[in-house]
Amino acid sequence: MDVAKTAEAVARASYGKLVAILAARTRDVAGAEDALSEAFAAALADWPQSGIPRAPEAWLLTVARRKLIDAARRRRSGAEAAPTLALLADELEGADSEAGIPDERLRLMFACAHPAIDPVVSAPLILQAVLGFDAAAIASAFLVAPSTMSQRLVRAKSRIRQAGIPFLVPERGELAERLQAVLEAIYAIYAEGWSDPAGTQARTRGLAVEGIWLGRLVASLLPQEAEALGLLALMLHAEARREARRDAQGEFVPLDAQDPTRWNAALIDEAEALLLSASRLGAPGRFQLEAAVQSAHAARRFAGETDWAAIVELYDALLALTGSVVAAINRAVALAAHLGGPSGAAEGLAALDALRDDPQLAGYQPYWAARAALLARTGAAQAAAEAYRRAIGLESDPAVRRFLQAELARA
Amino acid sequence: MKYLLLQYANEKALMDLPKEEAGRMHGAYMAYIEAMKKAGVLLGNSGLRPTSEATTVRAPGGKQSVLNGPFAETKEQLGGYFLVEVTDLDAALSWAARCPAVQLGAAVEVRPVWT
Repeated sequence: MDVAKTAEAVARASYGKLVAILAARTRDVAGAEDALSEAFAAALADWPQSGIPRAPEAWLLTVARRKLIDAARRRRSGAEAAPTLALLADELEGADSEAGIPDERLRLMFACAHPAIDPVVSAPLILQAVLGFDAAAIASAFLVAPSTMSQRLVRAKSRIRQAGIPFLVPERGELAERLQAVLEAIYAIYAEGWSDPAGTQARTRGLAVEGIWLGRLVASLLPQEAEALGLLALMLHAEARREARRDAQGEFVPLDAQDPTRWNAALIDEAEALLLSASRLGAPGRFQLEAAVQSAHAARRFAGETDWAAIVELYDALLALTGSVVAAINRAVALAAHLGGPSGAAEGLAALDALRDDPQLAGYQPYWAARAALLARTGAAQAAAEAYRRAIGLESDPAVRRFLQAELARA
Repeated sequence: MKYLLLQYANEKALMDLPKEEAGRMHGAYMAYIEAMKKAGVLLGNSGLRPTSEATTVRAPGGKQSVLNGPFAETKEQLGGYFLVEVTDLDAALSWAARCPAVQLGAAVEVRPVWT
């Protein structure tokens, strides 16, 4: 068997698990990552000679722990190092068998999305600590300068260590709120991948897959948390439509023009089952509502038409819950579709007008695209053209830009 | 913070675009500039004529010389710039990513301006 491939497979599957265990007591994520990368290097040197160990994870864990001890000895002297060394030696004692390795990744994710960590860094930090992404790849994915991203990650890790952020799954009373931050970070990872449906941008390649992988992990570790199931359902629904968002020529196809037979039925079925389980837990929330909107759209594959009244109601609930301007924009569009015709479009526009003072909208493409489409339907050609141009100027995906330019030509 | 977005692209590839595609690219640029103006971030911008029209002055060993052509022969040429004022580098990068020529393989260098 190919040693490099096995090492890589173990690295992929075990990275976060091992970082979580190595950092759990010292809270030193950076130290754990360094020790683990040394252990992987040792494996690549050792395994081709002595063969792949029966329990590769346990092997890596033991080597990484020794490296941690070495590093602690080097870093500090005498009495200062004693407590850390005692802690590490203590861990080394409990020799690990594969079955004995606990899954601490959830605790690691709660540390990464702790309220004392800047929420902007939580998603990148999870990508690095749980999945082993390097800072340069994360920087590209989130469109941030590599040096800035490295700095943010380093700062967040020292904050975990210095502020004493615990590696704990919060108690019941706190769990729902703290879980929301973890789920939002996972959703941010997924969303970066979702914005590139054709998978043509190297910078976001695979992030949708990673987001779903993390979503599955959290849902499997916390099956009684309705929002964890809701987020996974939401991502699976969106993923089911990936192929249908582009035609054979690679051109953008908006949701209402997509052919439902091109949606992935297996993913939709899985999402529906998750949403049903979530609703039985009786704890509604943002991700379940968003997944329910997706579910209503997916129902078009059987019903042949979209139940816009239901979608407006779901957005009403979402808006009441989150007050988010994104939900408000979507609600306005759904309202226009529900009421239909130019008068419906006018109602939708009135709802959009109410948001006009939000300063974020100057740079928010979906607002201008929605506005343009509704203006075109009311017959306000000039205002529609102006809004289309704003949307085109704010778009970075060439296929969507071409689509908007074609709409502009028709307006 | 002020940043200069410098667009480097293969000018021949841009000039050889089929007519329809060139028209669409022009429209995309107009929309891009308009969006920056409306967002209140654009301080100035210009497109540059091709490097074949460039003239370069230098003084090797203190002896001044004037040469036809660009400062350096490269695969990608400086074709235009946008001077923007935004809150931070992240915002400057998000505007750079929207530059229409990026889809044609252009690079956009983002440089902070001395203030």
